Amino acid sequence: MSRIRSNYDSSFRARFRRYIRGEEELKDVDYMPLFKKQMDEERAEDERATEHYLVPPIKDPMEDARLYAEYSGIKWFRRLYQVMAVLLCVAICAVLIYNIAFMPGFGSEESPMNNEVSERYLSQGEEETGVTNIVTGLIISYRGFDTFGETHVLFIATIAVMILLKLMKQEKPVVAEGEEEGGDIILTTIARVLVPLIFLFGFYVLVNGHLSPGGGFSGGAVMGAGLILYSASFGFTSTAKFFNEKIYDIVKVGSLLLYSLLIVYNLFTGANGIASVIPLGKAGEILSAGLILPINILVGLEVACTMYAFYALFRKGAI
Amino acid sequence: MDFFRNFPFFTIILAMVSGPVSSVLSAKKARILSFAVVFSCAVLSALTLVYTLGLDGPFVYTMGRFPAPYGNEIRAGVLEALMATFFCIIMLLSLTGGLKYLEKDVPAEKQNLYFIMINLLLASLLSLIYTNDLFTGYVFVEINTIAAAGLIMIRGWGRNILATAKYMIMSLLGSGLVLVAISILYGITGHLLMSNMHESVGQIVAQKTYVEPLIIAVGLFSVGLAIKSALFPFHAWLPDAYGYSTCASSAILSSLVSKGYIFLLIKFIYRVVGVEVFKMTGADDVLFLFGIAGMIIGSVDAIMQTDISRMIAFSSIAQIGYIYMGLGLGVEAGMVASTFHILAHAAAKSMLFVSSNGLAEVSGGSTNYRDLRGSGIRNPAAGIGFLAGSLSMVGIPLFAGFTSKVYFAQAALLGASFGKEIVTLIALAVSTVLNAVYFIRMSISVYTPRMNAHYEDRTFRAGKAYSLSIFLFILIVLILGILSNPIFDWISLGLKQFS
Repeated sequence: MSRIRSNYDSSFRARFRRYIRGEEELKDVDYMPLFKKQMDEERAEDERATEHYLVPPIKDPMEDARLYAEYSGIKWFRRLYQVMAVLLCVAICAVLIYNIAFMPGFGSEESPMNNEVSERYLSQGEEETGVTNIVTGLIISYRGFDTFGETHVLFIATIAVMILLKLMKQEKPVVAEGEEEGGDIILTTIARVLVPLIFLFGFYVLVNGHLSPGGGFSGGAVMGAGLILYSASFGFTSTAKFFNEKIYDIVKVGSLLLYSLLIVYNLFTGANGIASVIPLGKAGEILSAGLILPINILVGLEVACTMYAFYALFRKGAI
Repeated sequence: MDFFRNFPFFTIILAMVSGPVSSVLSAKKARILSFAVVFSCAVLSALTLVYTLGLDGPFVYTMGRFPAPYGNEIRAGVLEALMATFFCIIMLLSLTGGLKYLEKDVPAEKQNLYFIMINLLLASLLSLIYTNDLFTGYVFVEINTIAAAGLIMIRGWGRNILATAKYMIMSLLGSGLVLVAISILYGITGHLLMSNMHESVGQIVAQKTYVEPLIIAVGLFSVGLAIKSALFPFHAWLPDAYGYSTCASSAILSSLVSKGYIFLLIKFIYRVVGVEVFKMTGADDVLFLFGIAGMIIGSVDAIMQTDISRMIAFSSIAQIGYIYMGLGLGVEAGMVASTFHILAHAAAKSMLFVSSNGLAEVSGGSTNYRDLRGSGIRNPAAGIGFLAGSLSMVGIPLFAGFTSKVYFAQAALLGASFGKEIVTLIALAVSTVLNAVYFIRMSISVYTPRMNAHYEDRTFRAGKAYSLSIFLFILIVLILGILSNPIFDWISLGLKQFS
């Protein structure tokens, strides 16, 4: 038998029940008006709640972020956090500098890095992959899967920037159509001379990747820089005449898919011991090294597209 | 049967190729493609699991024309196949459960971008699971990080973008430390392939040549992955990132992304440095201490929340603490328990996120405790899902969480040093009580009818896909809880195959 207590409201059980319901602590005094008020508030809140379904309290993302950053968390703790962050960075630097003292010397003969792996790359690389530039042979043939992943890093980075910056149809463009036509006369004159040269050089680096230093990533970066220079000096409208979103999609997805096809062929036949039908050719010639040349070109196209896409997305929120 | 060896490779390539393809498809087609890819990856991984169970040991698969130390290679054993299967299933269920909310949260023009992220995330998770090469692991850690950032920010609220910025800064710090650790290890071992590195590490320890760099590299690698998987002092990015993203994102991030990194760490411990050397460096004690601290502080933080999503997010920190505590116990059984907890937590946590979104849907979209009262009655599927998830998190018998807690306690009692044993048992007890405080409170609140009938919407139907995903989630949690023995044996076998 439990006896009825006069001070039920302040008992542990009552407080626990209120805690479970998520109610505020009620004062002992004048119970009913408070309760009614609470019911009213609750109802008002219900009505408000249905309105903001899946819409943030503040519509403007920048304002929402600013307010959220300002009012969430504890102030002094954030100060402490900043101090700790600096201390952490200093500590990491100290550890890394301490570490250098114990590492094998740079380029030293006894370094464990000079083992059978690098030896094979250097001595048999030309024979096995058909390249004279061993670095390209290493990244595209020996460790082709890593490079395949690395190319997808570039792809997914563009997609991530697109999620953030790509404007939707109903949003206003950052740069109005034709606003920057004509451009600066010095810029356009120099660009007229430089852009063809840059493209030519990029293409040269790209297709000679298996013969001399360079390859897909560096050649593609040069060509991307050329595209950016062109659109910066002649405006997006003239760029769109030969490079609009549709062509961008075709080039980018086409090159990635072709690349995937080649790499799948390479990996699948290699793993299952099927002989490759692609001849390696004579090392040192432009048409040699089997799949490395086409893969270099495809990687280059992908890199050039990525470079330009970053620029265009930051400038006008579209490609 | 030899054709089965290709399946891990097929799953990775399938997921990777579907990414670029999705970028030119419409949202609907991208969605269908993504579901098909995740589903077929689950089937292929399950077949790989069956195949590896029939083999004597793991098999290696050369990725290219050149054998292991010269080229890339992947390796599939029982544990890898089990993880891959499980991750694919959880991803499929999270997507199914979160689809409805995805359509509301993400603008139609950007939905296909979301599925690109999903496909590449799956590819990176599978590669992290199967890789036998530390640098390949790093490449896919990068993809994983960017994909996760995309999943967080696609909702487009200001606070999402802020959370993404926080996530990117912390996560890139982690990636950087991992990369530095890999370079140091390459410098002192001369290899990137895990098996060869393991041999060289053995020689280093025997000859005492480069012991300091080895210890530093192990420390940096562990800390880097701990930052990326939100171990206690580095958890500040997590609640915002998980709490405000769309339903499927939170479910996938909490259950898969952080677990992929932890699995890589387990692989690193076993396949690269070896358990004994790992213990020698003292990294296990550090992980143990921060794991314990995370268990307690994550739960205390969760109690203080008034928002269900953030509460579940903070509970993730506590559960990550459990996993690191198991890794830090320094015994074989602790590793097995941690690996089992990866599964148990992944299933329960993604279910909690999916069901909490269902509860919010019938409460005017609010995730505040007050508004959620009685929502379990209004949306029975979500309510049951939340209840089952809570019970698993608290550790009620028959549910997955209980089994993993039993394994943790067992591991501590059998073999761990006396100090760790006592601390583990106390921390388990305290953490269980703290978990119970917020989960049971929330469950009671969710099933307490409201006094006013304002929300009583009798016409609400949760939708077949949603209910199915909740049902399957509950099934997985119960299977992990009741039929844990075969899974436990597979994990032990898989970990034995690691060394």
